[in-house]
Amino acid sequence: MSIENKEEFRPKIVAFCCNWCSYAGADLAGSSRLNYPADVKIIRVPCSCRVNPMFILRAFEKGADGVIMCGCHPGDCHYSTGNYYARRRMTLLFSMLDYIGVENGRTRVEWVSAAEGVKFSTTMNEFVEKIYSLGENVRLGDLRCKN
Amino acid sequence: MQRIGVFVCHCGSNIAATVDVNKVKEMALFEPGVVHTEEYQYMCSEAGQAKVIDAIREKNLTGVVICSCSPRMHEATFRKAAERAGLNPYMIEIANIREHCSWIHKDIKEGTEKAVILMRAAVAKVNLNAPLKPGESRVTKRALVIGGGIAGIQTALDIAEAGYEVDIVEKTPSIGGKMSQLDKTFPTLDCSACILTPKMVEAAAHEKINIYTYSEVEKVSGFVGDFTVDIRKKARFVDMDKCTGCGACMEKCPSKKSLSEFNQGLSTRPAIYIPFAQAIPNVPVIDPEACIKLKTGKCGLCATVCQAKAIDYTQNDEIITEKYGAIVVATGFDTIKLDNYDEYAYSQSKDVITSLELERIMNAAGPTKGHLERLSDGKAPKEMVFIQCVGSRCSDNRGKSYCSKICCMYTAKHAMLIRDKYPDVNVTVFYIDVRTPGKNFDEFYRRAVEQYGVNYVKGQVGKVIPQPNGKLLVRGVDLLDNKQILKEADMVVLATAIEPSADVRKIATMLTASIDTNNFLTEAHAKLKPVESPTAGIFLSGVCQGPKDIPETVAQAGAAAVKAIGLLAKDKLLTNPCTAHSDTLFCNGCSSCANVCPYGAISYENKEVNDHGIREVRRVAVVNNALCQGCGACTVTCPSGAMDLQGFSNRQIIAEVDAICR
Repeated sequence: MSIENKEEFRPKIVAFCCNWCSYAGADLAGSSRLNYPADVKIIRVPCSCRVNPMFILRAFEKGADGVIMCGCHPGDCHYSTGNYYARRRMTLLFSMLDYIGVENGRTRVEWVSAAEGVKFSTTMNEFVEKIYSLGENVRLGDLRCKN
Repeated sequence: MQRIGVFVCHCGSNIAATVDVNKVKEMALFEPGVVHTEEYQYMCSEAGQAKVIDAIREKNLTGVVICSCSPRMHEATFRKAAERAGLNPYMIEIANIREHCSWIHKDIKEGTEKAVILMRAAVAKVNLNAPLKPGESRVTKRALVIGGGIAGIQTALDIAEAGYEVDIVEKTPSIGGKMSQLDKTFPTLDCSACILTPKMVEAAAHEKINIYTYSEVEKVSGFVGDFTVDIRKKARFVDMDKCTGCGACMEKCPSKKSLSEFNQGLSTRPAIYIPFAQAIPNVPVIDPEACIKLKTGKCGLCATVCQAKAIDYTQNDEIITEKYGAIVVATGFDTIKLDNYDEYAYSQSKDVITSLELERIMNAAGPTKGHLERLSDGKAPKEMVFIQCVGSRCSDNRGKSYCSKICCMYTAKHAMLIRDKYPDVNVTVFYIDVRTPGKNFDEFYRRAVEQYGVNYVKGQVGKVIPQPNGKLLVRGVDLLDNKQILKEADMVVLATAIEPSADVRKIATMLTASIDTNNFLTEAHAKLKPVESPTAGIFLSGVCQGPKDIPETVAQAGAAAVKAIGLLAKDKLLTNPCTAHSDTLFCNGCSSCANVCPYGAISYENKEVNDHGIREVRRVAVVNNALCQGCGACTVTCPSGAMDLQGFSNRQIIAEVDAICR
């Protein structure tokens, strides 16, 4: 790792998107050509309740600078109740992460429906901007994972 | 070790313009397990699929990654191709380098870097894929149609004609919907009732159609092919089997002050009523809010005059549970409330009316027996002003951002009908644009202008001011002449925006069907799947999906019926094999997973387990694959890590995380 590399910081951002709403919302953002930074990489999961807190810890450990989880709006979950479980789990996890030094700005939950391409794009733009302002995640990250 | 093939699609220039596909292909060879790489113009084409099939056969591939468009687009296509080549279809993974990459990034370096990472994640996942086999589920050969307007009636008739049983659930006392309230229909000026009522009768008489009026869907469970639905039949207080529809009860009812819903509140009706003369069923309901007997216990006149002894004040709501294979939503629309548009003085003057109210006024069975008159003093108007786009195409939050689509045409119709019947009435229409796409639509509008002399003014109205002399001062602007207009009108008609029916959100939630910010139900694909909801087995008919006129609604209703028939015609459906699976060796039988499962798919069995040579009987979780829908809630809840989701396993997702963060 060189010093020059460090100067032009490009964050690694993992976005977990549920198959039914948010992944489709991301598709709509794409087909509507609504730009957001390439730092965001999306992982498709069947439902936000499939996101194990372990996956998020793993991401931070492997050098992610921010993790965002998107699901269907409360009440609109394809599996009726999945996003409620996810919401509770993430509230707990994020407060724990904040406690150990992974700032709240690095984690986010957002509800994006299949029709909300614009919301997906603006959310990602905001989130990436926030991560840029926070800089590199050093707290949980194994720095050997950074290029 | 897997033998993986990576196929990168150019998608013409859709991907290739912002992603260096050759670079992605080259980089793929460095990934573990990758033994074959290829790029091609259109991977989804016949020739592209042939490349995948040939490579699977020749190179004995055990896993395939397609770097292309969204899996929501072509995952099924490539799974079928894999199957044809003899590879398990669940050994395919898609890297979405179009919607999630090339279409949103403009810089080719950035786009290529991201595409490479997405490819790596997919390769990392497919390395851990295992062949999966879908199960089978039965199809209940009966359809439910929610909503009994023209959309619901047409869908039900088409499904019934194909030989399947259909139930219609309608919340009001009669089927017919908004179309039954209309006087004439554009662009041919057919009488609305004349073309609708035969269809209503046909639906009611059809041996395969069963109609629940004055009923609502209360609860929905199950999944495609096997929905279980609770329908609440609201108490009618009239026995449907005994009633002859003679109408004596309505004549004698002393409580006659309730506003008629059918006439948009412009006339009154008794507490026991049939909404309109051609209602189906021709059986009255008692409005419990207005009925003296139900409120105070005194009266009972209707029961006295009913010779059929059909009145039953003790009736209660009834819950009916039925099974369905397919559900069609046809919940239609309402006009918006005008509280946010006080500048048009709708709440201040009786002579400012909505277009739907005008329909009732123009109708021979309406509150004025079809005479065009002012509701304030009953006088015939001489000057009429129509205001377009009230609440439609609104850039602020007061109204709707969309175009309601039908208003330009029905206003031309109203203007034409008024000029035809009352040639001495001047008609002025204020518009933003006149939108008349549709067969014979523009010709129709031109007739209103050229033949009937309707005065169209391009510009919006800022304010309607009721005058002491009873007239309405309309202050607007003529954009073409660039001048302000002050016009004294006798009546003002507001082309009020339409919005999805108020209960559609509740219904969408019950069906787990997607809905957009305007409460229109979302279709599975904007262009290619316009009548299917993303939720399997749910179909969309009519305005619940977006603003439509009658011809479009009927066409879409037929399309929704065809899709439902296609489903009902199958005896069995293949189920999603991406279901949860419990490792008996790790399971400690704690019941956490069963508690979060929304489908009741997890039960417990006492099973003999061989734990490192120790054989013992343990209480362990067992997943019923026919019930499991694969959400994964149980996998996260499981404290011992015994529960995992096939196709989206812990190891697979972690491999993707690792690849992205590498």
